Amino acid sequence: MLKRTKGEKIFAIFNYTGMVLLSLIFLIPVWHVLMGSLSDPLKISAHSGIILYPLGDVTLGGYKLVMQNNSIVRSYANTILIVVSATALGTFLTILASYVMSVRGLYWKKPFNFLVTFTMIFNGGLIPTYMVVNRLNMLDTYWSLIIPGCCVAYNIIIMRTSFSQIPDALSEAATIDGAGHFRILFQIVLPVSKAIIAVIILFYAIQQWNAWFNASIYIQNRNLYPLQLTLREIVLQSSENSIIANADGETVDIYRPLIKYCSIMVSIIPMMVIYPFVQKYFVTGVMIGSVKG
Amino acid sequence: MTNSKPAPAAGRQTDKSSRMHMTKRDWQLNKAVYLMAVPVIVYFIIFNYIPMGGILMAFEDYSVKKGIFGSTWVGFNNFVRFFNSVYCWRVIRNTLLISFYGLLFSFPFPIIFALCLNEIRNVKFKKLTQTISYMPYFISIVVVVSIIYDFCSSDGVLTKIAAMFGDTGGALISRPEWFRTLYVGSNIWQHLGYNSIIFISALAAIDQELYEAAVIDGAGRWKQTIYITLPELSSTIVVLLILRLGQIMNVGYEKTILMYSPATYETADVIASYVYRVGIKDSDYGYSTAINFFNSLVNLLVLFVANSISRKLSDSSLW
Repeated sequence: MLKRTKGEKIFAIFNYTGMVLLSLIFLIPVWHVLMGSLSDPLKISAHSGIILYPLGDVTLGGYKLVMQNNSIVRSYANTILIVVSATALGTFLTILASYVMSVRGLYWKKPFNFLVTFTMIFNGGLIPTYMVVNRLNMLDTYWSLIIPGCCVAYNIIIMRTSFSQIPDALSEAATIDGAGHFRILFQIVLPVSKAIIAVIILFYAIQQWNAWFNASIYIQNRNLYPLQLTLREIVLQSSENSIIANADGETVDIYRPLIKYCSIMVSIIPMMVIYPFVQKYFVTGVMIGSVKG
Repeated sequence: MTNSKPAPAAGRQTDKSSRMHMTKRDWQLNKAVYLMAVPVIVYFIIFNYIPMGGILMAFEDYSVKKGIFGSTWVGFNNFVRFFNSVYCWRVIRNTLLISFYGLLFSFPFPIIFALCLNEIRNVKFKKLTQTISYMPYFISIVVVVSIIYDFCSSDGVLTKIAAMFGDTGGALISRPEWFRTLYVGSNIWQHLGYNSIIFISALAAIDQELYEAAVIDGAGRWKQTIYITLPELSSTIVVLLILRLGQIMNVGYEKTILMYSPATYETADVIASYVYRVGIKDSDYGYSTAINFFNSLVNLLVLFVANSISRKLSDSSLW
């Protein structure tokens, strides 16, 4: 194994080169946006193709404008509120469901399993779900972004798989000591399941941070917009809606590309900073999910 | 994993009294568990099962005022209307084509990527490449589509590259003939790293003794890959492939409705995006629900077939 043949050496060269190129392909779009966000707005419109370095003098002016933009700041706060509450609620329900599914010999376990897993393969669809949210008077409230979709069957399956690998001896010993199910869950199961809880929190938080669709159909009130929806307005719909306070049309047009790049950056920076540190959990979750899913 | 003694095996004594006894005992032991199940059951009933009941709208000329029980019953009219509509074939064709191209191109890449990465000996380089490959997965669809627009506008980099190869049609994003390529291509970009995780872990699980034996027999890396790695991976590949086939009629609307425009509907409009347009934009609720229901039924059917094939060919299946 130690000695490489000539063919293997040539392959290795190609392989390393290919991997470097591939990594560049993954990175370049984000790099382009980052460099664009630091560029001189006048030069961005004159430039075509990928921005590899800041055009003109490096400036944080775009970020300043974004920070002064009320709709972005407000939607950022909304997103944080939604991510935290929806992730907390979703994780709570997921833990409960997973515990129920992992209790041995539970009489009603099969129907419960079915109730949960059937939602993975069939659903009522867009309009009937919309009607339910409507009838619950949740339209145009934070609740419509926090509760529907906060708990995902797929994540329950992942967590249940992990729960059922905990040795029975642990809970048996606790039962002999007189512990009930709640104590077993909180004092035995949860403390040894920190890793899987981190995985599930991560999955929910990513899902909620990046979500935009539900808000686009449930929310009319612009004060409740989450970040992705405001981002869509600014970047994809080129909204005329005062991306810069008190500016005339011409100024807005000049600054539009810069603001685009800067608002994209503010929306992805948290993910970009966090993900390298949590990828271990992420990989674990994906692996359990793809084996069981 | 928990302690409750298994309820006495049913089967031999299935008379009523013993079952009553069983449930009673189960209730005594597991009252707390059932209490925990309540919020979960309530959640799924409200947000998943009541909407399933709402599918009744598909058979009605639904009006919000009259509600689901007051609206006029029209039987299969909404379905007939869809099958007779000029869009029916277009959205089904687009859905199948995008799925098919997705399968054709985005399925093999993660496997090849995993195989190549497996040959990298420098551990740090390998880790770094892998970390970079996950990065696009964490980016939202809104941002991905924004970048696609940026790159495919009339002076975007991809449009320029296409122009270098003699393409003179202008901005790629507004041209129907480019939509599928952009859709599938950006999906590969976003999910390659994520989809390779399972293969990378399957590769790591291969028994190293197999390779050692092969080396003794004089097999090089290439032969080892052909005769050991691929056969060892094949069951994972088959299962994932079949499960992907089960999703063939399932192209989501989230990315489509951000990416398409009336100019590209011809190739871009899929069943889900049509359901969205008819339902949310035109408020034609019954009709939209009918198309959605038809799509879900086909999905379910395909999934069942795929799953039973998977179970026959290998031991793995969804249920």
